[in-house]
Amino acid sequence: MISGIQYLKDSVGFLPFLILVVSGLIILLGSAETARRESGRYGSGVAIVGTLLAMFSLYFLYGLKKRALFNDMLIIDNFSLFLTATILIATLVVILISRNAIAKDGAEINEYYMLLLFSSAGMILMVQSINLIMVFLALEIFSLGIYVLVGITKQKKVSTEASLKYLLLGAFAAAFFLYGLTYIYGATGTLDLIKIAKIVSEGQVTSNTYLVLGASLVLCGIAFKIALVPFHMWTPDVYEGAPTPITAYMAVGVKAAAFAVFIRVFGHALPKFNIEWNTLLWILAVLTMTVGNICALLQDSLKRLLAYSSIAHAGYIFVAIVAGSQYGYGAILYYLLVYTFMNLGAFGVVVYVENLLGQKDNIDSFKGFGFRRPVIGLCMAVFLCSLMGLPPTGGFVAKFAVFSSAIKAGYVWLVIIGVLNSAVAAYYYLKVIVVMYTRSETAVEVISPKGSIYNGIGLIISLAGTLMLGILPHKVLEIAIKAVSL
Amino acid sequence: MHELNFPILSLITFFPLVGIILIAFTEREDEYLQKWIAFWTTLINFIISLPLFFYFKDTAKFQFVEKINWIPSFGISYHVGIDGISLLLVLLTTFLCPICIAACWSDIKDKVKEFLICFLFLEVSMIGVFCALDMFLFYIFWELMLIPMFLLILVWGAPARRRYAAIKFFLYTMAGSMMMLVGILVLYFYNAKVTGEYTFDLLKLMKLDLPFHLQYWLFLAFGIAFAIKVPMFPFHTWLPDAHTEAPTVGSVILAGVLLKMGTYGFVRFNLTLFPNASVYFMQLMAILAIIGIIYGAFMCLVQKDLKRLIAYSSVSHLGFVMLGVFALNMQGLSGGLIQMINHGLSTGALFLLVGMIYERRHTRLIAEFGGLAKPLPMFATLFMIVTLSSIGLPGLNGFIGEFLIMVGAFRAKWWFGVLAATGVILAAWYMLWMYQRVMFGKVTKKENLNIKDLVPREISLLVPLIVFIVWIGVHPNTFLSKMEPSIKQIVLKYEKINKKQVDMAGINILKIIKGERS
Repeated sequence: MISGIQYLKDSVGFLPFLILVVSGLIILLGSAETARRESGRYGSGVAIVGTLLAMFSLYFLYGLKKRALFNDMLIIDNFSLFLTATILIATLVVILISRNAIAKDGAEINEYYMLLLFSSAGMILMVQSINLIMVFLALEIFSLGIYVLVGITKQKKVSTEASLKYLLLGAFAAAFFLYGLTYIYGATGTLDLIKIAKIVSEGQVTSNTYLVLGASLVLCGIAFKIALVPFHMWTPDVYEGAPTPITAYMAVGVKAAAFAVFIRVFGHALPKFNIEWNTLLWILAVLTMTVGNICALLQDSLKRLLAYSSIAHAGYIFVAIVAGSQYGYGAILYYLLVYTFMNLGAFGVVVYVENLLGQKDNIDSFKGFGFRRPVIGLCMAVFLCSLMGLPPTGGFVAKFAVFSSAIKAGYVWLVIIGVLNSAVAAYYYLKVIVVMYTRSETAVEVISPKGSIYNGIGLIISLAGTLMLGILPHKVLEIAIKAVSL
Repeated sequence: MHELNFPILSLITFFPLVGIILIAFTEREDEYLQKWIAFWTTLINFIISLPLFFYFKDTAKFQFVEKINWIPSFGISYHVGIDGISLLLVLLTTFLCPICIAACWSDIKDKVKEFLICFLFLEVSMIGVFCALDMFLFYIFWELMLIPMFLLILVWGAPARRRYAAIKFFLYTMAGSMMMLVGILVLYFYNAKVTGEYTFDLLKLMKLDLPFHLQYWLFLAFGIAFAIKVPMFPFHTWLPDAHTEAPTVGSVILAGVLLKMGTYGFVRFNLTLFPNASVYFMQLMAILAIIGIIYGAFMCLVQKDLKRLIAYSSVSHLGFVMLGVFALNMQGLSGGLIQMINHGLSTGALFLLVGMIYERRHTRLIAEFGGLAKPLPMFATLFMIVTLSSIGLPGLNGFIGEFLIMVGAFRAKWWFGVLAATGVILAAWYMLWMYQRVMFGKVTKKENLNIKDLVPREISLLVPLIVFIVWIGVHPNTFLSKMEPSIKQIVLKYEKINKKQVDMAGINILKIIKGERS
């Protein structure tokens, strides 16, 4: 048992989570008043303030010494803080780009923001957990939020379909994960990751078979959330059906949280699997990159294209998992941060175009976009170049860090496959740029010519992050690498 | 002469950014002003770059070096400097840029603002590539060049197939440079393993003694990036497309400078970092170069489009450059390097001339012309001079380069020289035949009678090129002497490998050639 004082003390380390949950509750209670239900200004306003406050609280937490909270259930360390910051940035930008997009779809506006905040809170809980049962709880918290968010535009068939698909498959994955936990518990007698690490390294495991079984089931569960090939089948449909800001949110936020768990479980608690299963992980990385890129080549819908590209990016990140050193894990953190900025940026532009032209996300609707809206067109070009991995954008430095960690660990062939994949990927990103800078013969029907200021702010944040992390990567990269020493 | 205590290389590299900022603040409609800003920016940049030539000391050391830590934890620094190999290429770049801007005066009518910004951005990255002495920095400039060039072809290219050409150009280059990235990383970590120091500094990496198997793979990794860029046979297929579809200015800068990045890369990285592998691959590279020479020449013979013809002649000429470089001796290397400059000048001029005739007739098909010498006397004269320079007439620049390359090739393997010599004959054939079909005979098409001859602007942008064409042809020592120490340093390395004594006879030939003309 812990005393009340200790409880309060521990709550400080838990501040971002608490702030998000409280803001979510404020939205929920406040939206009882009908006047506030209409515009969504109330919900997004509170959500923005809450996210900013949570970011602000990180400032106080950053200096704190690493310590476990609530009877070793959670931990506060630089690793979790880095990822919390990533998730909060993602949340903020998603809220900003949602402002105009969601209101049109007739969704429950205030609930949308509330769910968004709860999901983010779940993700933050997930990156802070060092007990597998907490990991599972957090997984469920954020997944439930996202199941609803995917289908929040109830009138649209594709959304409902996507939501159902995601719910069913997600439930399976969660069951796998939970089932894996039971085996791990059976093998080690504990779910505390630090204790598991100790028991496994000292060879006091009761049954090695159970441990292997447990670890592989957990791997399946996490691989589903990351959308590694062959656990990726749900991704394109769900990404396409979900409201665009939510697609963006899933691509970056869920990925960040799931990779955090992967590093905690396979990087630190069960490092031997990272070595024994090396070939398996190698194959997963190659499959994920290649399948993601090749499928993306064939897409006509920009949202689907970005969905497959996000699978490919998971593959690149996984290259560093294969490499497995502190440097590699640091590179992953950096990659996740950069990916947050550049991917949200790209999705932000898609949202902007959807507002402009109605719900068309076909690549052809971008025809001549670069000339009609030169500034936003240029932003999109920068984001796409960053996704391609061209300097001087963040995407280049991130890819560079990931690939160099793999070469350092001796996986030259893996990196060669990775860079060839990047060259393939360049084609479909370029295709978008080409379309943007091709004049369209027919006039484009514009539904609402005015862009939203919030969308603009979201794009500015993304652009600044993408470029800053590309030109002056030094400080953040160092923080990321240092943060990994758990 | 005293040293320059001034970050001159950074100034030259980033000066075009000033132009970009100024242009960004102009009104979209004010195209005239934008062109003047771009012109003066590039011209001033050329003038600023002139001291490089005069303050350059004839040693093999890197000069005008600047070094600032950039990402110290990875050993990445902003490290620039030039030696005899890069000096002339930097100057060629700054020299060609104002000419290109002047050439686009009437050519580019659409989206002038974006065009000029792209172009100035391209200049930054091109100069950066030649100055960078840090592998990471080099790679960044190398990749930076991709996007503006891609846009130049895509947006301002010939409408028919520009998308195809732009994407092909981009993907070829990107695939190659990704391999180079892997190579750079392997080199970096090998260095760290051996010396314990994480660094991308080229000067430190040059001191490494790499085992042969590593050299072998790294040579291939770097080589493929550069071979695509040069482009060497069989990686050349992107070039004719890119050239044909690009606007005139794009072609000039592509032929004049971008292709040189590949040959420069071979000299700067492959020859100095992987000497054993270079010797090992020498024969293969030389054979590929010779295939390029002969194949390119034959392709020229069957082209119907003037621009495509010149594009294939580039394949042939760059084959000569590569042959010279991989002769791995004094004459070959000096010839290769001077031929890089020559090709930039004469092929640049050829593309400009073709662009001028295209502006007047809106076609580039040889069959559409004939007897142009009559209505266009000035054009015909300038075209003749440039054609002859491209063929390698003694007294013009092409001769010096090709002669030195031949000497080098004969010394390396006699049959290299014999085969390459056929390329010279073929060059005379296709160029003169093309000239004959376009310029001489009766005027067959009525439209051709009323074409106006060159205006003063066009003449004045060709004259500087021709001045240098003649200058290099008559007094090559001005330029050769600058590069000689650096080349000697490379060649000495190879002489050590071959355990051969310095072949005095060979150097004497070089001296004789130079002596006669100085």
